[in-house]
Amino acid sequence: MLLSPYPTTGERIRITLLWLWCGMVILFLLVPILIPVPLSFNSGAFFIFPLEGISTRWYEVVLGTHRWQAAIGNSLIVAFGTTLIATILGTLTAIALSDEKFPGRRIVMPLLLSPLIVPVVITAVGSYLFYARVGLASTYAGIILAHTALASPFVVVTVGASLTGFDRNLMRAAAISGAKPITSFFRVMLPLILPGVLSGAAFAFVTSFDEVVVVQFLASANQRTMPLEMFIGLREKLSPAITAAATLMMALSIVLLVVANLLARRGKQRPRID
Amino acid sequence: MSALEPTKLDRPRASRDWSAADSGTARSVAAALRRADLGDRLRSLALAAPLLVLLALSFGIPIVLLLSRAVYDPTIADALPQTSQALAGWNGTGLPDDAAFLALAADLRSNQAKGTAYELAKSLNARLPGARSQVLKTVRQLEAADRPPLEVMKAVPFWSAPGTWPVIESGTHSVTSFYLLSALDLRWNADGGIERVPPEQAIFLQVFMRTFFVAAAVTLATLILGFPLAYLIASVPKGLAAILIVAVLLPFWTSILVRTAAWTVLLQKFGLVNDLLLWLGVADDRLDLMYSRIGLIIAMTHIQLPFTLLPIYSVMRTIQPSQMKAAYSLGAKPFTAFRRVYLPQVFPGVMAGCLLTFIICLGYYITPALIGGASDQLISNFIASYVNVELNWEMAAALSFILLVFTLALFGIFARILGLDRLKLV
Repeated sequence: MLLSPYPTTGERIRITLLWLWCGMVILFLLVPILIPVPLSFNSGAFFIFPLEGISTRWYEVVLGTHRWQAAIGNSLIVAFGTTLIATILGTLTAIALSDEKFPGRRIVMPLLLSPLIVPVVITAVGSYLFYARVGLASTYAGIILAHTALASPFVVVTVGASLTGFDRNLMRAAAISGAKPITSFFRVMLPLILPGVLSGAAFAFVTSFDEVVVVQFLASANQRTMPLEMFIGLREKLSPAITAAATLMMALSIVLLVVANLLARRGKQRPRID
Repeated sequence: MSALEPTKLDRPRASRDWSAADSGTARSVAAALRRADLGDRLRSLALAAPLLVLLALSFGIPIVLLLSRAVYDPTIADALPQTSQALAGWNGTGLPDDAAFLALAADLRSNQAKGTAYELAKSLNARLPGARSQVLKTVRQLEAADRPPLEVMKAVPFWSAPGTWPVIESGTHSVTSFYLLSALDLRWNADGGIERVPPEQAIFLQVFMRTFFVAAAVTLATLILGFPLAYLIASVPKGLAAILIVAVLLPFWTSILVRTAAWTVLLQKFGLVNDLLLWLGVADDRLDLMYSRIGLIIAMTHIQLPFTLLPIYSVMRTIQPSQMKAAYSLGAKPFTAFRRVYLPQVFPGVMAGCLLTFIICLGYYITPALIGGASDQLISNFIASYVNVELNWEMAAALSFILLVFTLALFGIFARILGLDRLKLV
């Protein structure tokens, strides 16, 4: 492939070099994310190959000790809370924005996306400053609110994409048939855009589950999430338990994002019914 | 057209009345439509309102509040009400009159009584290094009260030093440009002009330069690594391209923290990278890659590579291979064809990818904090440390302000040249 039917020597050399270079780049991309996986099953306490033996002791540390269990629990509370709020409000907003009558879409869209553009430290420090004044610092509600700001753009964009394949005439047809708006939403629109909504929810979940900077500023010792526990662990002392936690987090993110992307693609491909 | 137009002659009288009635109906229909239209607009706005309100509360207000701290600092003005009054008529040169000294002494004592003296000392110290100890010392001497306040004040050289009173005077204005200027290593001089701060106090320009340098180095590295791979993925058959794309997406979907953690494992003195370098014979001895600039750039390049590659790939995919063949058949050498036919078309993708990576790099926090050494901390790390360690909110706010201005300016360029839709989230 890539070679012309009658390749010259120069072309052969160029293609070989390209493949070599790209092979190295792919190794560079994949090796770092794969390395923690075997290391997390190491029975020894060092990050050296060959492994001393295979064991699940570090997974037992992560899943069995109180500190990590509390962190996993906090991560799940925050991520589910964020997903719930971001998905509901983000879906409503995406529906509003898909209506061509929505006033000021050109202003609202950049504002909605701005949490992704503003450096996260600024968001974190600002939230800390404001939430401390209104009593939301060191609360689950505060962390969930701040995470919702970071996660909702993903919901608005994915649901918005699935709405471009949605025929609004279906809603008019439902209205003419006597359905109340709320009924036609649940019976007509939601089933059709559901892949987009679920995909947005998965993105929101991962955004919150992987987030560490905002949590670092807003959480007290009671709300430490899994990424924050990892961050602190990396700063203080490097234990193989971190490779086990990293492997678990990576597996969850990758599974959810694969699902989210498949759903998003399905949502967009849905044919228009004219 | 004119044949179809009803003339006055053939229009019956009755139809005139109809048309009059019509225009009345048309007006009311138009009004009803407008009402319905307004209703639709309000309904769609109401649907979006909950998220917009939530974002305003959870994101908008915090950012505005933080940025306002960069220019609004009432601590000194609030702590020194009498001094503010006494300095109202002062022309700003030389020393103010004794009344100002007495007013300051009274303010210092009332702060001590209220327990806010340390707060005041810290605020003054932020603007005038060394002021903290002088304020606390003076407060103690004023409390001893074995001498009249004026005498105590005059006995501390700090209060008669040339730079002190202009700083106090500037502190009595709640709105200040001090912190923003400081964030750029600038200050007001005695003649009301702006000058560079002395080299021993200048830290921030260096931090900004370092942030730009790291961002540029990472952007360049991702381009060098990513461009050929994007080209390869765009030119191989679909099935193989799908496999190669997975190799790009898997790390892309792994969180920054997890990848940083992986790199801290790899970059250890007895980690895999050092093993590899020794085995290849590139290095004679184990290198200190953790807490180093090179380690930081390697890890950031790994994290940013997909951000640069994916926009380039999405443009390359749209370029027809037949164009290059046409160039060859017209006698172009491979490099010429690449430069004159391929590159100009890929350029928007390259711009999008590089700008995106550069902008994201400016805000990096986690990776420098964990992998960079003390001299590799970027602007975000300084913002965090002004909040966590120094408790100097104004300085953190001023640095945030400058970082945000750079980020938004670059993003504005991005949006203007390439359009917001290039910013694909999924």
